[in-house]
Formats: sequence, C-alpha cells, structure tokens
Amino acid sequence: MSMLQACLVLSSLLFCVGLAGALARSNTILVLLGIELMLNAANLNFIAFWRYGPHPGAGTGVIFVLFAIAVAAAEAAVGLALVIAVHRHRKSVRLQDANSLKG
Amino acid sequence: MSVVATDSFLERAPLLFRDWIVGHFPVALQWLVHHLLTITAILTVFGLFFAFTTIAERKLLARLQNRLGPNRSGLPWFRTLKLWGLTQPFADAIKAITKEDIVPAVADQVLHFLAPVVIVAFSLLGFAVLPFGRYLIPVELDAAILYFFAAGTATELAIFMAGWGSRNKYSLLAAMRALAQLISYELPLILSVVPVVLVTGTLSTRDIALAQGGWTWGVLPHWHVFTPWGFAGFLIFLVAALAESNRSPFDLPEAESELIAGHLTEYSGFKYALFFMAEYFGLTALSGLGITVFLGGWQAPCAFLEFIPSWLWFMGKLAGMIVFFIWIRGTLLRLRIDQLTRLAWQFLVPLALLNLGNAAFWALTSGWTGPLALARWAISAAIVIVPFFLLGRRLTAGYAPRTYRYAA
Amino acid sequence: MSFALLLIALVLLGSAAAAMLSRNLIHSALLLTGAWAGIAAFYLWAGAEFVAFAQVLVYVGAVSMVVLFAVLLTRQGATAAPVEFDSYKRVVGSIITAGGVGGVLLGAIFGTPLDVPAAPSPAALTVRQLGLQLMGPYAAALLIVGVILTVALLGAIVIAAVDKPEDPAP
Repeated sequence: MSMLQACLVLSSLLFCVGLAGALARSNTILVLLGIELMLNAANLNFIAFWRYGPHPGAGTGVIFVLFAIAVAAAEAAVGLALVIAVHRHRKSVRLQDANSLKG
Repeated sequence: MSVVATDSFLERAPLLFRDWIVGHFPVALQWLVHHLLTITAILTVFGLFFAFTTIAERKLLARLQNRLGPNRSGLPWFRTLKLWGLTQPFADAIKAITKEDIVPAVADQVLHFLAPVVIVAFSLLGFAVLPFGRYLIPVELDAAILYFFAAGTATELAIFMAGWGSRNKYSLLAAMRALAQLISYELPLILSVVPVVLVTGTLSTRDIALAQGGWTWGVLPHWHVFTPWGFAGFLIFLVAALAESNRSPFDLPEAESELIAGHLTEYSGFKYALFFMAEYFGLTALSGLGITVFLGGWQAPCAFLEFIPSWLWFMGKLAGMIVFFIWIRGTLLRLRIDQLTRLAWQFLVPLALLNLGNAAFWALTSGWTGPLALARWAISAAIVIVPFFLLGRRLTAGYAPRTYRYAA
Repeated sequence: MSFALLLIALVLLGSAAAAMLSRNLIHSALLLTGAWAGIAAFYLWAGAEFVAFAQVLVYVGAVSMVVLFAVLLTRQGATAAPVEFDSYKRVVGSIITAGGVGGVLLGAIFGTPLDVPAAPSPAALTVRQLGLQLMGPYAAALLIVGVILTVALLGAIVIAAVDKPEDPAP
C-alpha cells in the first residue's frame, strides 16, 4: 500500500464515520457536525493528492483546501444559526420536528 | 541563522552553552538533546518569570493601593537574611501542591481534569516561535504568526471545559462570558497584527524583528510602534491582549464580586494554580508577540546601547510590558459584558480595519521622500486619528459629563 | 506506511467515531474538536503548514465555539439530558449505508492503478508563494470567498437574532 493509498483510505474511513453519524443521529447539531466531518475528509484528499501527486510544486491542492475551510466556516455559522432559529420556534432540535416551512 | 563570531561573547553565551552540553552526547542523540534543552530553557526561564511576576503583581498592586504587600517570607534556617518577601511564590507553590484536591461529585470528571492540563500545555506552545534574541528562536517557522494565534485558540476551549465540567451555575456563566469575550477580541487582536504583516511582507517572527533594525541618526529606532499605523495597531493590540488573557479590566469570566471565581470556582490546590500559571503564560506570550511585532523585538532602542545582548533587551521589554499590565489592573474598573462586546465590535474592529488600509497606504508610499515624507506621516496619522474621534464621539453620545452628586 | 500517519489516523478516527456515538452533546462537540485538531496534525504531517494552522484557527478556534454556543443555547431543561439514538432500525440502516459507501470507496482506491511517481519530498510551499498565488491567479476566488463569508455572517446574525424591539440604550 503506497502512502497515497493510505491517505485515501484514511479519508474515506473518516467520510464513512461522518456519513454514519449524520444518518444515525436525529439531533440537528450532530447531523451538521457529521456533514462537517465529511467535508474535512474531502479536504484530506486534496492535501494527499497535492503531496503525492505529480505536481507538488503547484499549490492548487493547498489553495483549494483553504477555500474549502472558509466555505465550511460560513456553512457552520449559517447552519447553527438555523438550528437556533428552529429551536426558538419549535422548542426542539430534532430534525423530524422541523417538518413544516411555516414557523 | 548561524552565529557570527564578531558578536559579543554575551550575545553568543546561551548558544555556546547549549552547544557545549550537546557536544557531550553521541551524534545520533544530538538533535533530541538540542530540542530538549530548548524546552527546558523555556520552561525554566518562564517558570521563574511567572513566579516573580506573581510577587511583582502583588507588591505593585499593594503599592498602588497604599499598602505594603507580601514582605515576610524569607528562607528557612536563615532567619537573619531578609529577602523583602521575594520567596513568597515558592511558599505559594508548596502550599498549592500540598492542598487537598477537591473534585465535585457531580462534576464531569474527565473534563474537570483535562481543563487545567490543556490550558497550561497550549499556553506554553506560543513561546515556541518568539525570537528571544538575535539567535535565540526556538522554532523558525514560515507561518509563525499564524501558528501563534492557532496555538492560543485552545485556551478558550479549556476555559469552556472548566466551566461546563464543574457543573456549577457560576462556572457555566463564566464559561459563556469567556466564550463571548474571547471570540469578540480574537478579531481585533489578529487584525491589529495584520498591518505589520502587510508592511513587512512576512509571517515569520524572525524577519519581522529583523525588519525593525536600524536607527535614524543613531537614536530613533525604526520600530513599528513609531509609525502612525503601528502606534494605532499597538494600542488595539494592547486592549485586545488584555481581553484575551482575561486580565482586568476585562476579567469578567472570573469576576469575583459577581461569579465567586468564575470557571475557577470548583478548582482547588494545584489545579487552581495551574490555571493561574496558564493565565500568566498567556499574558507573557502575548506581550512577547507585541514586543516582537511592534516594539522592535530584541533590537536595542539606540545604536550605542547595542553592546547589551539582545536577549536582555527582550526580557527587559517583557518586564516593562508586564509592569504596564499590572499598572492597568490597579487603575481601571471592570467592564460590563455588554460594554465589553460593544467596545470590541463597534470600536476596535472598525478601527483595526481602517488601520489595515492605513498600512496599505504606508506600504504604497514608501518611496516618498523630503516634504512628501511629512505629508505621508500627516495623512497616515489623519487616517487613524479622525475616525478615532468620530467613532468615539458617536459611541459616547448621550453620556453627559460625569457629575459627582455625593462627593465634593 | 509511516508510524506517524498510523497514530494520526487512530486518534482522528477514534475521536470522530466517539463523537458520533457519544450521548452527551458537549462531549460530542469536544471530541469532534479533537478530530479537527487531528486533521490539522495530518496536514502538518503532509507538509502543508499553512493549511494546518488555518485549520486549527478556523475549526478549533471558531467553529467549535459556535457549536458549543449552539449546544448551550438549545439545551432542553436544566439538566444535561442524554441525547438518545432514535431507533435501532435507523442506526443499523445508517451503518449499512455508510459501510456500503465505504466499500465502494475502498474498492475504487484499491482497484485504481495509482502508479504516480513517488515524488521526492516536494519543495515546501512557502507562505510567500502561497500568498502570490492567492493574490495572482486566484484573486477572483479570494474576493468571492470574502463576499460569501460576509453574506454568511450577516445572514447568520439575521437568522439567529431575536426580533423584538431593542431595549433602550444603557
């Protein structure tokens, strides 16, 4: 198993952990955290391909990860604000309870 | 950076000592010994610095409040030797270690234990990238400034762990306050350093310190604090650093008159001491960063004072900063939480952003000479001072001058 | 297979799995912060210093704080009631789904001939090079990310704010 493959295996395992968590839990915050984990697993891939790819001199992988981190931060902020807003209306953080568009 | 033999002996002394010790070990182990020695040196120097900061703080605060402060402790078996109470921190340490360690029965045992460990470990990490002298920099990193701020983020988590893990209302309130405060002030803290990065064009602390070398006419140092944007940045940095290290007047998380001791309420003995240690380490590291970034790092203020080794200059400036912080603690009153966050978001962040533009102006006009240099200074100063007064007036509008109804 | 990578993988996967299994929301959030720090350690190991520090600064410093705030603001009642799993059916279903996805991914990884020339450790990307690239070819993307972040910040404030008349000035 080459180093690149090892990194890819690590990232896919992390992705699966995030996926299982996001599907199994019903707490909105935990679902969001599972999605964050999946995003991070994708970032691991970028770094692995940058490091072991044919052109490590080009910083494309690194720059893509930087942008992904920025977008993930925005996503987390908006997502958690939504969680708080839903909790205020429904008094619940379960995903099943947020089932109508009218607050 | 290799040591140049033309430097004075004192300048090279720490390095020569290190190489002498490392030379006694087999070649395979030398890198390990090298790093272990660096770590030991930092722990020893800043451990002692912490100890004497506590006694200096107690004595200075006492003087500011017109009392004497601790002056009794001396040495056992040497009763005749009066030491002005300078051995007080060691007595305190022995007391803290021998005290009973109480953990509340309902506390979250793991988090309650982890919080002091995490906070001390991470508050020490910041020291790794500070240039303590011309050749004394533990780790040379390309992105040192970023590393410094990244290392500091874990203290917020540790305070939260302490506050939540104690399962105590006061602790939890303190944790919420700490989170709000630290998030709010992280922004001006980082934004105040960004102008320096912009002008010097590097994130490495070594290069930032080097960039401030040289003097005009041999007496006026080229420190960043002596430029309009640097001065404004330094002031913002000072305020934000005070808030980041939970020092008075921003010590809301442990406001003893409101929250008993905040997140420290359920801690006793050595763990309590660890929190204090981490607080002082954090303050010292932030002061060190401020010195490196704004106050010229290890550079001497005048050309003819260069014979004093650079690490002595750094430690001297560090001591000066600490005394300044103690002075502020003895002078200013604690803020309310809404005043605190308002100060950060409505005043410091806009000013810091404007200051960033100011630094960009400074970097673009670096070619201006003669009378244009004066214009450069005037414009740069105006960019800082005018918004300062406008914002200040707008935010304090409606507050009449203070009247004293019951005092003369 | 280097020992350091194995260690990082163990810590990373362990804390991520524990976070997803924990019945205590705060523990979940803190364990996940540990997982994010582990990812930063992976970046350090791979030689991407700048990204590693950015990861710590953004995730350990900012996102974890927001998560903790959200947990505290949405707590049910005074006690920290454990967050139970919904039903065994759902848990088993999710594990089967994740296992299937993982199987497909692993099959793809091991089935693809990844005979990239093992590049000798690349010339480390300095911060200066990174900055020049960000400000040069990627300047438009940087601007767009800045706009996205600002919009997200404002949107989050608008969504989370309580719509009630502002109390009079202190």
